[in-house]
Formats: sequence, C-alpha cells, structure tokens
Amino acid sequence: MARSIKKGPFIEKKLYKRILDANKAGQKPMVKTYSRTSTIIPEMVGHTISVYNGKTWVPVFVTENLVGHKLGEFAPTRIFRGHAASDKKARR
Amino acid sequence: MARIAGIDLPNKAVKISLTYIYGIGRTSALEICEKSNINPDEKMNNLSAEEVNELRKLIENEYKVEGRLRTEVALNIKRLMDIGCNRGLRHRKGLPVRGQRTKTNARTRKGRKKTVAGKKK
Repeated sequence: MARSIKKGPFIEKKLYKRILDANKAGQKPMVKTYSRTSTIIPEMVGHTISVYNGKTWVPVFVTENLVGHKLGEFAPTRIFRGHAASDKKARR
Repeated sequence: MARIAGIDLPNKAVKISLTYIYGIGRTSALEICEKSNINPDEKMNNLSAEEVNELRKLIENEYKVEGRLRTEVALNIKRLMDIGCNRGLRHRKGLPVRGQRTKTNARTRKGRKKTVAGKKK
C-alpha cells in the first residue's frame, strides 16, 4: 500500500542471497533470519525459514499463498496465557 | 417499490436509495447514476420501469454486491486465518486486526463489556 512499486518488495540482501544460492544448489537448508520485515517472494516457496521472534526461531514453511506477506507475520512475538486469576480468594 | 439485487429500495433520492445495497456507497451510487444518465436526486418511485431496469443491469454487470461481495470478504478473512499470519490470528481471537490498542476500547471487536470483579484495595 505504502511502498512505491518502483522500489520493489523489501528483502534483506543477505537473506535474498542465501535463498538464491540455495536454489542454485538445489538444496533447501534451514535459513535462520532476524529479518522479520522481509517480504516473502516466490523464490522462497518450498523453503523453511526460521524467523526470530525475539526469543527463539520459529520455523515457517513457505507455501505459495504466503507470498506477499512479511516473514514476521508468521512468528508471533507475544504469547498470551490468559489473565491472572483474581487474588481475592487467596486473601480470605 | 424497486427491487435491485434482492433488496427493496426505499423511495428516496436515487443516490441515497442505491446505498441500501451492500457494496454500494455514495461514490459508486453517483457513478451508477452518471453511467445510466439518471438524475441522482430523482425519487426512486418516479423512475420508469426502463430506468430501473437500466440500473439493475448496470449493477449486475459491473458491481460486486450483496451475496457475492459478502462471500468474497469472508473468503479473504478465511485465507488470512488459514495461513496463520498475524492478521489471521487476530481475526480468530476476535481482536482488532490493524494494531489498535486493546487495553481500553476495542469494544466493536470484543463485544459487550465483560466485567471482571475488581481487586479491593
């Protein structure tokens, strides 16, 4: 929406290179990345990319309908474990 | 009473009346009037049968409205949920999708307030 088409999608250079190299070699190694803002491009389809969520790497298997989204969308950074129980009972 | 796209249109100015159809707002209503050469301020009941037919045809052919539009929207949301992206997860949980705050407000998405007994001092 906001980014100019002229620039093309944003992909971290290092990640892009590693994907291309892997494609050339015909392998699909696990690629670890911090780059959550990188757009998923068609070249990544079939790869499993480990995306950092601030704590661990979350493996994201890239399928065709993920293209156009960003890697970070698939690695949640927050875990909601429900609200704390009321401490009223403990008091009495 | 004119019936277009399965909706009964009220007797109001054409530009308003058309917006009673899901998927047609003020902008597309005016567009439609222009394309079919109908005065947008004319009352709906004053239109001839031909003019109503004209509108019907135009809407049928060029606009995605009512059921078809609703299915499309539902499918888009379903797609987001299926691929497990952040937006999909927000839809699943019924929380706001576009980064709004949830500490307060967000009642449209979260529904009626559920009161939780507050801590006493």
